[in-house]
Amino acid sequence: MKELTYVRATDAAEAVAAVSGDEHATFLGGGTNLVDHLKLGITTPTTLVDVSRLATDEIDPVDGPSGPVLRIGAGVRNSDLAAHPLLRSRWPAVVRALLAGASGQIRHQATTGGNLLQRTRCVYFQDVTTPCNKREPGSGCSALEGYGRYNSLLGASDDCVAVHPSDLAVALVAVDAVVVVLGPDGERRVPVADLHRLPGSHPEQDTVLAHGELVTAVELPMTELTRRSTYVKTRDRASYAFALVSVAVAVDLAEDGTLTDLRIAWGGAAHKPWRAEAAEAVLRGQVPTEDLVRQAVDAELRDARPGPDNAYKVAMLRGATALALRDVTAPLAEGASA
Amino acid sequence: MTTLRAEPLTARSMGTHHDRVDGPEKVTGRAPYAAEHADPASPPVAAWMVTSTVARGRVLRVDASAAVEHPGVLRVLDHESAPRLADTEDEELAVLQDDRVRFRGQVVALVLADTAEAAREGARLVRVHYAEEPHEAAYDASTATYSPEGVNAGHETDWADGDLEAARGTTGAVVVEGDYSTPHEFNSPMEPHAAVVSWDGTTLTMWDSTQAVHAVARTLAPMLGLDPAQVRVAAPYVGGGFGSKGLPHAPEMVAALAALAVGTDDPGRRVRLVTTRQQMFALAGYRTATRSAVRLVAEPDGTLLSVEHDATSQTSRFKEFAEQTATAARMMYAAPARRTTHRVAGLDVNVPSWMRAPGEMPGMFALEVAMDELAVATGVDPVTLRERNEPATDPETGKPWNERRLVECLVRGAERFGWADRPTAPRATRDGDWWVGTGVAAATYPTLYMPGNEARIETLDDGRYAVSIGAVDIGTGARTVLKQISADALGVDPAAVEVHVGDTDLPFATVAGGSAGTASWGTAIAAAVQQHRADHGAHPEVGTHTTAGAEPYPDMEGHSLHSFGATFAEVRVHAWTGELRVSRMVGVYSVGRVINPTTSRSQLLGGMVMGISGALHEDGHRDPRFGHVVTQDLATYHVAAHADIGDLQVEWLDEVDELATPMGGRGIGEIGIVGTAASVANAAWHATGVRVRDLPLTADAFLDLPPLS
Repeated sequence: MKELTYVRATDAAEAVAAVSGDEHATFLGGGTNLVDHLKLGITTPTTLVDVSRLATDEIDPVDGPSGPVLRIGAGVRNSDLAAHPLLRSRWPAVVRALLAGASGQIRHQATTGGNLLQRTRCVYFQDVTTPCNKREPGSGCSALEGYGRYNSLLGASDDCVAVHPSDLAVALVAVDAVVVVLGPDGERRVPVADLHRLPGSHPEQDTVLAHGELVTAVELPMTELTRRSTYVKTRDRASYAFALVSVAVAVDLAEDGTLTDLRIAWGGAAHKPWRAEAAEAVLRGQVPTEDLVRQAVDAELRDARPGPDNAYKVAMLRGATALALRDVTAPLAEGASA
Repeated sequence: MTTLRAEPLTARSMGTHHDRVDGPEKVTGRAPYAAEHADPASPPVAAWMVTSTVARGRVLRVDASAAVEHPGVLRVLDHESAPRLADTEDEELAVLQDDRVRFRGQVVALVLADTAEAAREGARLVRVHYAEEPHEAAYDASTATYSPEGVNAGHETDWADGDLEAARGTTGAVVVEGDYSTPHEFNSPMEPHAAVVSWDGTTLTMWDSTQAVHAVARTLAPMLGLDPAQVRVAAPYVGGGFGSKGLPHAPEMVAALAALAVGTDDPGRRVRLVTTRQQMFALAGYRTATRSAVRLVAEPDGTLLSVEHDATSQTSRFKEFAEQTATAARMMYAAPARRTTHRVAGLDVNVPSWMRAPGEMPGMFALEVAMDELAVATGVDPVTLRERNEPATDPETGKPWNERRLVECLVRGAERFGWADRPTAPRATRDGDWWVGTGVAAATYPTLYMPGNEARIETLDDGRYAVSIGAVDIGTGARTVLKQISADALGVDPAAVEVHVGDTDLPFATVAGGSAGTASWGTAIAAAVQQHRADHGAHPEVGTHTTAGAEPYPDMEGHSLHSFGATFAEVRVHAWTGELRVSRMVGVYSVGRVINPTTSRSQLLGGMVMGISGALHEDGHRDPRFGHVVTQDLATYHVAAHADIGDLQVEWLDEVDELATPMGGRGIGEIGIVGTAASVANAAWHATGVRVRDLPLTADAFLDLPPLS
């Protein structure tokens, strides 16, 4: 067998020191993604630093640097997070995203931090016998001209067309969540919307985190916007499948149905959870109708580069976005859904 | 060996519920599967396959220097160092015998180690150097050009009857034509292919996960240069096969070669090989993708004038398997003229093989969707259309049917499903965000019989008997129904019968496949009991025993023997996202006497579930640039999850078919999958007005519904 050093960190600082000082070390959370990678040979670390037993499994309202937040420890299991009463009442999009992901067994094992840092399920990334720039920089992108059903629509490069697989991350972008990151030089905060990168010429880098930086918590700002929020996910079977596309929306609604403020984030669309700001701009201050949603989605997709296998995602995003908005607002005008 | 004509049995236990006899062992984890036959005192040598990363070429050199240095690795076998086979004609099974790479994923080396972990890491460290050659792995109509000598199950490649030109030229005729396709589909049983094998210098002992222990022994032995009596194969419990374990595949030969290599130095030492899920996609058989061009010509009232079904598929260049996609169109409906053809593409790909209802599954998808299109084109109700085209005799052979009760299945199914309430027009029913539609399709499966089975009947004390036959229970409930059949043959209570299966030490038996296992084995048991009574009387002494087989039983000469069925599906298509759900399905089948309603219901339901899975999910994508299937795990090759399965109802007609078997039953393993995908596609059309002719039906086909024409 391949020899591995296993370290069980006693606190976050020790874990960060252990990984940042060793380029072949990596953090181990719930292991639902990393252990697959070890078996498949996708990654070959020599040291695993287990952070799943750190005291990061609390969910508490606290005062953050910019106001009150709900602080979620990075070690909180997906199933516990989805069941939390405060989440269920104030952040329904987050709960729905969690419950739309994986299976009951995996949700029970997977952590909040690990969920955000899971890697693409592109079939070529997972097959070490094929070229993949994300797995082996410079080897080429097999998906560009290959199996493309799940490929990204937006922000891809000639080096990578993979999508980020997390459901949770998409919902967190729509609720303005921030990750708390501990590195060798101390703590910093990164909005979830800025956590993941576009592939560019370095698709091997999924996120803006440096080697050894550890996500210790996720903070959800206490805003009214998130009470009216939801998550719509489409997939190739009714459960236990990654998104074809997904949509998280959070809205503030005036009495007359006007969207006074909103967030839209898309999954299955890009190398990162995609904040659809151009679409938001079309809809902000308006009463949503089918036509307006279409305009909004089309505005966001202006720079989309669909291929023959994933062109369906354009219409699917339109439908899923309209459905999500319908669910958090008054029903759209009659006929909007047909 | 005595063979005699089996007489029909009087049913007492047959037709009644009997608990699965091995249920407690299975649910408590005490039933040992192939890989679990390990002696704790002497752990087996672990074997791990290294597979090719090119689709065609030659292995120049297998560099195992790093692998053998790895702790725990014992040795690495390659095409130069592996034991030699006596016969290498079957190029799928002749593994590690030459330097040719025939497909991507072929076994090119084997690592033997103390543990599976060491073997796996050793396999990662093996460096294989290739002289790569250009390959061809893209299957489309243009590459499917050759005519095989025959197609699977012994059918003729092409078959035609009547005057097609006259049919097409009929004034006022309605013509429906379309191209239909099904993707590569993978059996993927829960238990992967696995074996524990030892060689003691005389006997090769193999615990295998197979549907046919005797076939494995008889296939492997001559290739290994052994007498079949020197190869013992046992498969006491098998975690599903769906055809993939019906024939021996490369992993079994790999395990046997490893045992020979190990056993030469360390006689009797066991070797264990477990195929990974990814390797299953290259080495365990699969259903080839198919294309079907179907043309139906009919009178305006739907009466068929002609049926044309021209099918293509792909196979490997080095070993042919030609799916019999168009054979059902030869016998399904009455039509004065018909033509069926099969053409194949020979490619540098892994060998396709049997998967539940080979031929009928993809073929009846095409034909039954085409029939639905004809119903729409003629304005005739789909059930009525099928009634209208009932043939009085088998159109292919001219023989009378045993019992063709398709119409009764359709009528009963329609009644139970509530078909009469259905609006005729598509896109007519909306329930919240969902378009709702219903569809029907017919099913058929031939009654096969496998000759040569034998059974041993032994008198035990207290009026009990032991019945032994080298059949395999792959999870279907064979042990249980053979107990019931034996009890009725012996005229005793099932509790007085011990059934022994799953071992070549037991009398010869044929494969658990072709929906012919229970029929063929049960017929042999019936004959052997008759011979035992003839030899030893009605009150035999303890210890008396008889081994006998049956003369071929079914009346294939006088009758055309088939089973029939009908599935009715309700499909919901999400108006905003295009996603499909099969909310309801009713299947009604005519399969002769059902031996055990409990296990049989599971078989038929399982077929329907697999049909829904094929309708909505399963899609093996071969990347022609590389040559292998890239959706090669159960995260990317989707099969139905629990949430995909709605309200399924299954029933069967009350019947006894003594033309087919002494038990009065026919096979039930395959028919549940046949037609099921077509009923889903037809219901999806009814829900939305969108006609999909390619499996699987995915959400993207139902986005932005076009205006109804």
